[in-house]
Amino acid sequence: MSMKGQWKTLFQLFWTFFKIAPVTFGGGFAMIPLIENEVVEKRKWMKSEEVTDVFALSQSVPGAVAINSATFIGHRIAGMKGAMAAMIGVSLPTFLIVLLLGILYFFIQDNPKIESAFISIRASIVAIIAYAAIKIGKTAVVDKSTFCILIAGIPVLFFLHPVMVILAGALAGIVTISIKRKLGYDVKMDKKDRKIEENDFEPFMGAGI
Amino acid sequence: MMELWELFSTFFIIGFVSFGGGYAMIPVIESEVSQHGWMTTQEFTDIIAISGMSPGPVTANSAILVGYSTAGLAGAISSALGILLPAIIFVTVIATFFSKLNHYPVVQSMFYGLRPIVTSLIIFAAISLALSNHMIAVNFSWHTISLLLVFGLSLFALMKLRWHPAYVIILSGLVGVVLYS
Repeated sequence: MSMKGQWKTLFQLFWTFFKIAPVTFGGGFAMIPLIENEVVEKRKWMKSEEVTDVFALSQSVPGAVAINSATFIGHRIAGMKGAMAAMIGVSLPTFLIVLLLGILYFFIQDNPKIESAFISIRASIVAIIAYAAIKIGKTAVVDKSTFCILIAGIPVLFFLHPVMVILAGALAGIVTISIKRKLGYDVKMDKKDRKIEENDFEPFMGAGI
Repeated sequence: MMELWELFSTFFIIGFVSFGGGYAMIPVIESEVSQHGWMTTQEFTDIIAISGMSPGPVTANSAILVGYSTAGLAGAISSALGILLPAIIFVTVIATFFSKLNHYPVVQSMFYGLRPIVTSLIIFAAISLALSNHMIAVNFSWHTISLLLVFGLSLFALMKLRWHPAYVIILSGLVGVVLYS
């Protein structure tokens, strides 16, 4: 690829994701149809199945699905530089928007009206988090063992650092599966019929955001 | 300078474990924020509210705001770089060497354990925020009851009416102005 052609591709990657980013609250799966439209239909960079694979892979990597999938697509199209261009493109608009809202908040947080608004908002945030737990819980609990890991995790979090608990969870998965295999149990790893729902706004999906 | 490095390295580590991202990372960020004395739990709850109202991932958004409130614009940039860098490292390594990552049995087993533990993290986040915002109390005052009502109605709007969280937050703010001023 010529020098000029490469810069053009990098800018197109940046711009494509720059445009998509602000419309997707919570990032994640709400982006799929938009990415398909831009990457598959308009730019013809990838095939539709490839995009689906990228989304599946993005969920297995720590971090937000939106950022991971943009970075994967960028990497596929223009290597390391492409990955950076796409990542900056997808992150910059949301960085600016959240910063503006944050500055506004820090500016007016002592206003009595704002203070009373936030008393109620804090209760709603707890509801949003509870809803996130219900949603991800549905895909996480596939059998008795996963249910036990879930229940055991909650009290442990009051004593151990959360990062340790996350690592312990991964280890628990590996140990449980290998014990089950040794004992000859049939292991169900995943919900087979789990589908990505495009209309599901999904601000906090399973392995996601 | 020290502060910027602290912000960067803290969110860099969080970036590496942010499986399930979003709301699962709240207790992780919260424990770091209170350990460093960057902000109170109540301020942090407000930060989450603003992160939820903005587009983009909640983890990155709250990292940016914690950074901004601690060290201004440079702090926001340090935190953003910290949380983003692990993703680019992971993606590059995986895209180059393990493009069939999902098919490895050990990765599948890992997620078998990670998904329920991420759920525990989110439940824990809900419990600790409810505690710090006086939603769980021994003596039921009008204040506690009203907060539980807001909680219940918000959950109903999300689950049954399928409202977007950003709408729930904005409407709840208006209710708060009426109820608590």
